[in-house]
Amino acid sequence: MRLHRLAAIATKEVLQIVRDVRSVAIVVAMPIAMMLAFGYGISLDVKHLPVYVFDREGSQQSQDLLKQFRASEYFDVKKAVDNYPALIRALDNGACKLAIVVPHDFSLRLNAGGPVSIQALIDATDSNTANIALAYSQAVIQTYSQRLQVDWVQRHGQRKIRPPISVEARTWFNESLESMVNIVPGVVVIVMAVIGVFLTALTIAREWERGTMEQLISTPVTELELMLGKLAPYFVIGMLDTCLCVGFGILWFGVPFRGSWSIFFLASALFLIVVLSLGYFFSVVAKSQLAASQISLLATFLPAFLLSGFLFPIDQMPVAVQAVTYIMPARYYMDLIRNVFLKGSPITLLVKELLALAFLSCLLVVVATRIFKKKLT
Amino acid sequence: MLVRDLVKRFGDFVAVDHVSLEARPGEIFGFLGPNGAGKSTTIRILCGLLRPTSGEAMVAGLDVARRPEAVRQKIGYMSQKFSLYNDLKVMENIRFFAGMYSVPEAAMAERADWVLEMAGLRGRESALTGTLATGWKQRLALGCAVLHRPSILFLDEPTSGVDPVSRRQFWELIHRMAADGVTVFVTTHYMDEAEYCGRLVLIYRGKVVASGSPSELKSGATKGELLLIECEPLGRALDALQTAPGVLDAAIFGSAIHVVVPNAKEAITGLTKYLSGHQVTVSKIEPISPTLEDVFVALTTRQAEPGEAKKVL
Repeated sequence: MRLHRLAAIATKEVLQIVRDVRSVAIVVAMPIAMMLAFGYGISLDVKHLPVYVFDREGSQQSQDLLKQFRASEYFDVKKAVDNYPALIRALDNGACKLAIVVPHDFSLRLNAGGPVSIQALIDATDSNTANIALAYSQAVIQTYSQRLQVDWVQRHGQRKIRPPISVEARTWFNESLESMVNIVPGVVVIVMAVIGVFLTALTIAREWERGTMEQLISTPVTELELMLGKLAPYFVIGMLDTCLCVGFGILWFGVPFRGSWSIFFLASALFLIVVLSLGYFFSVVAKSQLAASQISLLATFLPAFLLSGFLFPIDQMPVAVQAVTYIMPARYYMDLIRNVFLKGSPITLLVKELLALAFLSCLLVVVATRIFKKKLT
Repeated sequence: MLVRDLVKRFGDFVAVDHVSLEARPGEIFGFLGPNGAGKSTTIRILCGLLRPTSGEAMVAGLDVARRPEAVRQKIGYMSQKFSLYNDLKVMENIRFFAGMYSVPEAAMAERADWVLEMAGLRGRESALTGTLATGWKQRLALGCAVLHRPSILFLDEPTSGVDPVSRRQFWELIHRMAADGVTVFVTTHYMDEAEYCGRLVLIYRGKVVASGSPSELKSGATKGELLLIECEPLGRALDALQTAPGVLDAAIFGSAIHVVVPNAKEAITGLTKYLSGHQVTVSKIEPISPTLEDVFVALTTRQAEPGEAKKVL
């Protein structure tokens, strides 16, 4: 391998990138646009759920109960109606996801000490949201009911009352349980998976399409020199893009960064080599820019989204699907990046993932150069 | 350069069919044939871009199939299609290929200067290559292909799409390089360009059908003498002539018909009469000396079905 040839190719590639407006757009605009779209677009939190209430009694006590819903940030009481059909309509047309109905004899039965039921109607088209809404409304009513009980007991002579068991929960790594803290590092992975492949996917296909490859391969340049020379500038760009995404996550979305920067750079460098080589491989196989970009999109976006553990935990997947995730580079990078953002584990616990990425990157470099050689005959 | 029994198959299709060649240093070696005859495939094998199915090719004393990288350092190649980077500047292209060919830094300025001078691009070093006219592009491509002073230069239809003046200039450059001892291997389908070559090989359907100097080919290949006939209408005349007694071959060349007969002078009267008998008005009929095109038609007609050679050219 001759370094001066590698350098000549890298220089040429840089000149071409700089002169091509589209590639500058991919490099700068795409990561920012994707970070914003995914960072805001994907939220697993349920907040400000639209609620309609139907108070059939209108007593002070029933109003007091509904006040609890109004005070909660999880619910947003949109409207109080005075008949069932209005409630059904609202659920039907999606004006509310949850409807609370207070019975006409609410305070009467409450004062009699008997059991009282509140009706909750939930739009369960989205079962996840419905479950959360149900749990939240139960919690609101539970709390209120407990308070009433305590009041009652105190009024009847007991000075103090202790609930028998309570949970002292401390949530680690994502203290306020905000899904964005989990999502944003994941988005960095998705963005880099897509951009990394895209950066190199066109580079070889373009040379074939423009006829410059013919001249290039008539020179003494070797397959490895060509590949490394072409990957080098994109590697630098990719690292800058990764930093851009991470900086965006920290400064814009306020996600903490607790791990070590050196692990982060090591993991990102390995992952970049994998995705850049993958893009290069597609470019060699496809020979046309259009085909190469289509393969790239199909092969990176969906797997990175679905099989990396980004939205769906891998250990909850069927065994066969779990097996497939082992060949997904994004899976390892996802683990590493989330760890380095939120947990900050020492490198000894991350060796497996790092080795997996290193292995995949070597494999792809070898395969891509081999395939390239074969293409010529 | 030595080629023996070279074969290249693409599936069932035999692109190069047992071709053997030999070229000496300083020779301009013309490779002549219609599109799809196997010219480009042969040249690409010799440059190490394609692996031959069988046969042997030694270029600059090296086996191309075994040591393609070493061969590439000793040859220059210019492909059919313009293949420099349009989005690089003139000087950037020169630098890039100098890098590819490991031109030493010390020699760089002198070589770059030589290319600019040769291509007539002095003062336009920082023009984007894509903005140059075809003739300049072509000379720049040639310059980039010989930056490392190769001993063999392969030119695959170097002048297609180039205007006549630029074509002349280009051939002058080729002659100058040959005079310096470079073996130039050039493919073309322009018959007039073939005349510039020291030696010609005619290739048709992957096979070598004739070889020799232009004059050897012209005197040896045709079976008889040539008559040029200008007449109206051409189509009917051709049909009639192909079955006429004493006519060995007939083919359309531009607005006239070339007819091969055993003896040109004796055939004139007979053929004039024969044609007017077929409602053809003859405006001119005279003996001519054969061109390479005649040779080519004669040779390929022998190979192909009758009538097919006309389509070829």
